[in-house]
Amino acid sequence: MHASATYNLGFAAAVCVVCAVFVSSSAVSLRDRQAANQALEKQRNVLVAAGLATSDERPPPDEIAARFEAISQVVIDLETGEEVDGVDPDLFDQRAAAAGAETGRPAPENMAGVQRLPRQALVYELRNAAGGLDLVILPISGMGLWSTLHGFIAIDADLTTVRGLTYYEHLETPGLGGEVDNPRWKALWPGRRLFDDSAAVDIEVIRGRAGDPQADPHRVDGLAGATMTSRGVTNMLHFWLGENGFRPYLDRLMSGEGA
Amino acid sequence: MAQRNPARDALIDPIFNNNPIALQVLGICSALAVTTRMDTALVMSAAVVGVTMSSNFFVSVLRHHIPTNIRIIVQLTIIASLVIVVDQVLKAYLFEISQQLSVFVGLIITNCIIMGRAEAYAMQNPPAMSLIDGLGNGLGYGAILMGTAALRELFGFGSLFGTQLLPLAAEGGWYTPNGLMVLSPSAFFIIGFFIWALRAWKPEQVESD
Repeated sequence: MHASATYNLGFAAAVCVVCAVFVSSSAVSLRDRQAANQALEKQRNVLVAAGLATSDERPPPDEIAARFEAISQVVIDLETGEEVDGVDPDLFDQRAAAAGAETGRPAPENMAGVQRLPRQALVYELRNAAGGLDLVILPISGMGLWSTLHGFIAIDADLTTVRGLTYYEHLETPGLGGEVDNPRWKALWPGRRLFDDSAAVDIEVIRGRAGDPQADPHRVDGLAGATMTSRGVTNMLHFWLGENGFRPYLDRLMSGEGA
Repeated sequence: MAQRNPARDALIDPIFNNNPIALQVLGICSALAVTTRMDTALVMSAAVVGVTMSSNFFVSVLRHHIPTNIRIIVQLTIIASLVIVVDQVLKAYLFEISQQLSVFVGLIITNCIIMGRAEAYAMQNPPAMSLIDGLGNGLGYGAILMGTAALRELFGFGSLFGTQLLPLAAEGGWYTPNGLMVLSPSAFFIIGFFIWALRAWKPEQVESD
């Protein structure tokens, strides 16, 4: 139909109002459920890294929450490694912090493709019954071939032996770089050692096959057909375990707890 | 000749005779992206069926009131709102699959099938018929998606709906997965074969040149 400009404007406005009410009411009514899903997904991945759940296991929500009780969330100052008081770990969003002008800063030049660093970071500690450190879980991220990979690495109380590595978000090629999700590749990580005798980072995803963790502790099998993703994993570990990453925090744990 | 039932035609035609992907070659982009596994293809198909049905319905209800010169943007507003709501519902209730579908649910907005049906059918036909037309076109899209996903998942992963059917060589079985099947180009070939088969069966679909 042909109509006056007033009718057109009025009609367009009415359609917009109706649609806006429809969209926003659905967004508001579903928001709590979505936020709960995201929080659970992240907790599940922390559990996988810690070896408290297998990667293809989908425990029900209350089971995830129950297992997560054992893990304490600690917000640290990335530069000093000290624990920060007065920040609620449940509400802390490290990626938002890195992006924020006040809460983040540009990252020094690095091979991992990390653009910005948060001033504070969220780490997870698992303690044994006596209160001693059992393992720490650190968030890691860096560029692969197509995308930024986000994951966790779990490290034993000796702060050098890997307990597990897992990625919860990436857009690498399925079947090639996407094999970072493959449980069999992830199973190659436990027992590898991240630092050499002089405490320098020494871990590499190589081309081809590495030996078993005892014989060849500083190298891991490459992902077939995914050189860039493999290199990305190496680079992000070097970055996040280094001076600009979690090194100050690990040093603090080493001097405080290891003694 | 038997009595033609317009409602049945509106439902069945888009599946075999006038398939939006196979004949009109619309909606290819998402068909490439979400067909590596059957569960994602199923959820995507259901989302598209839901959106085409409701967008056709609402556009048809409003068809006598929509001013001609702003009709496309009005259709787009309705479609976009529906897609956002579908995306929100998936994130709330099918979180895992929504993560795998990532941006492709949002991209239903740009799926030419939906806008094409709103403009070509719903603007001229009453709501009930438009609803059926939307359902038929959504199912036509879904049928190709599910067929493509079945072949890709079976040969790319040796499984269907995540159930391992062909034991993988890497896990002690005999089947070595075909790496091409997990990459997008394989969907091009498979859809090409579908179009070939459909046109061999129904030669009237072949374009005269």
